[in-house]
Amino acid sequence: MKPARIDPPRTEHHNTKDGSARTRTGANPRNASSRPAPGLSAPRLRRALARLPVWAVALAVIAVAAWVVFLADGTPAGPAAEDPGKFLVTVLDAITFAGLLFVAASGFTLIFGLMRTVNMAHGSLFLLAAYLAIRVQEAMVGQSRNIDPAQVGMLDWLVPMLAGAGVAAVAGLAIQQLFLQWNEGQELRQALMTLALTVVLADQMLREFGGLAKTMVWPGAITHFFSVQGERYPVTRLFILGVAVLIGTLLWLWLTRTGMGMVIRAGVDDRQMVRGLGINIKLVFAITFFVGSFLAGVGGVLGASFAGAAPGTDGNWLLNSLVVVIIGGLGSLRGAAAGSLLYGTVVAFSPAYLPSEYSYYAIIMTFVLLALVLAIRPYGLFGRPA
Amino acid sequence: MSTAPLLDVRRLRSGYGASVVLEEIGFSMGVEAVGIIGRNGMGKTTLCDTLVGFLLATGGEVRLRGERVEGRTPEKIAGAGIAYVPQGRRLFPSLTVDEHLAMLAGRARGKRWTPEAVYELFPRLAERKKHGGAALSGGEQQMLAVGRALLLNAHLIVMDEPSEGLAPTIVDVLVDVVHRLVGEGVAVLVVEQNLRAAVRMAGRQFVMVSGRLEAEFTGAELLDRPDLQSRYLGVGGDDRALR
Repeated sequence: MKPARIDPPRTEHHNTKDGSARTRTGANPRNASSRPAPGLSAPRLRRALARLPVWAVALAVIAVAAWVVFLADGTPAGPAAEDPGKFLVTVLDAITFAGLLFVAASGFTLIFGLMRTVNMAHGSLFLLAAYLAIRVQEAMVGQSRNIDPAQVGMLDWLVPMLAGAGVAAVAGLAIQQLFLQWNEGQELRQALMTLALTVVLADQMLREFGGLAKTMVWPGAITHFFSVQGERYPVTRLFILGVAVLIGTLLWLWLTRTGMGMVIRAGVDDRQMVRGLGINIKLVFAITFFVGSFLAGVGGVLGASFAGAAPGTDGNWLLNSLVVVIIGGLGSLRGAAAGSLLYGTVVAFSPAYLPSEYSYYAIIMTFVLLALVLAIRPYGLFGRPA
Repeated sequence: MSTAPLLDVRRLRSGYGASVVLEEIGFSMGVEAVGIIGRNGMGKTTLCDTLVGFLLATGGEVRLRGERVEGRTPEKIAGAGIAYVPQGRRLFPSLTVDEHLAMLAGRARGKRWTPEAVYELFPRLAERKKHGGAALSGGEQQMLAVGRALLLNAHLIVMDEPSEGLAPTIVDVLVDVVHRLVGEGVAVLVVEQNLRAAVRMAGRQFVMVSGRLEAEFTGAELLDRPDLQSRYLGVGGDDRALR
């Protein structure tokens, strides 16, 4: 599969008039000021210095791999060479969690890429869809607690999912139409407005759905386990991955094969020029916000089936989406995929392969990942200056 | 309507925030190629951006075929019939050559300029359909920027420094395209620093100095008068601007 071409080639030289004023904040500014030692040729030293973070990361990756495969004695999972089953399960955990991250973050990055709006209400839409889907499912099954998966048919999951995500999509569109489109280009103002909305929505959801965690019940047809090297693994996690792959494929087809997708990618590059070609960018913005919010909703329903929904889930998933797109680069679909995989890997591997007495600190590894990526690529893996 | 000039600009003012760049610009043109030349920083790009709505005019009028368009959004102005080939081309790095044209194909269907017609005009683009905008040479990029503007099937095409950084053979192609467009009833406003390219594209030339149109000449007048060139374009004995 060809990669989605929402990302520009990294060597792209920007031809906009203001482009010349931009400085690349890669390694260049630092190197430009470094004085070469006498006897060393300046360009060679400069090149060596520019490579330094790359080498550091390569070394770190090798060290971590060696640790996981051979040295990880005294960790919950043990060295992969001795216990391949635990290792495979951790890999599956990483990939499937990455799928969920991708579904939630792709909508977030799509909206940001086109409109430069950091939609802080993304997590609220995620949770809203989750709660609504749970309620619809309860109504469809005709029971409000202790639903057994055996009672849940595929439709009893799919219909609530579409209903929840649909309401999230409409709510997102309403937020964009009522609050954001009047403040186009005012990025801080938009971020603050959506942040305020998260507070309002969180309180309203607390009032309506209560403070206890609720769970969306997976359909009985997929609540099975299969065996991986002697370890039991739930089929539902693979189902999440399947939904993520399906969504990723559909998004990619939409962005690369349809006129609307081309307009969106062009808009990510240069909104003003798109308008100068007579394209109604307001309509494109509205559709993008609708789709992005729908994806937040799908993520919310998957998340509620996977780990439940409760007050605070909204903030967690806003944070998750932010971490993914900061790693991958804001506005890039490929970045969202790469960021999800990296973040998912760190989230799955740190508790399994840190020494048991340090398991508690697994969460810190997320920030180590963030720091490493940002040290090498300040705009994220596939990002570029706004 | 029939007596209105194609483009009529009156007392147009514009700028960036508090700084006024354009002061009382006025000119009109029919279906013809008209040039605006001037040194760097004289407000040429500001004029283009204001005409197409990228910048909001702070005063004055712009009438396209008698209809006032100043103050409208860029998409409305483009819809009214002004297409833009901006300075630096502003292609979309994420899109291939073909996608640049395909995204506009819908509204161009059945009109004079379709993607097929653009490929016929610029066969070199047809050979590079799948290339990204960044993989093109400067000349090919300019062809794509012009082709993209053609798909609007506009009444007027505004070109900002189209010859900038291009090889002479590519400038020849552009000159030819401008003449062909005028022959087909499309007006072209060419903003240039390069006098020689400008006079080959357009017969009438306005000279822009510090946000005003100071004078109007024919191309031949300007080419023969080094005193005018040094006064308005800042070139004296040497002929840097003539290349």
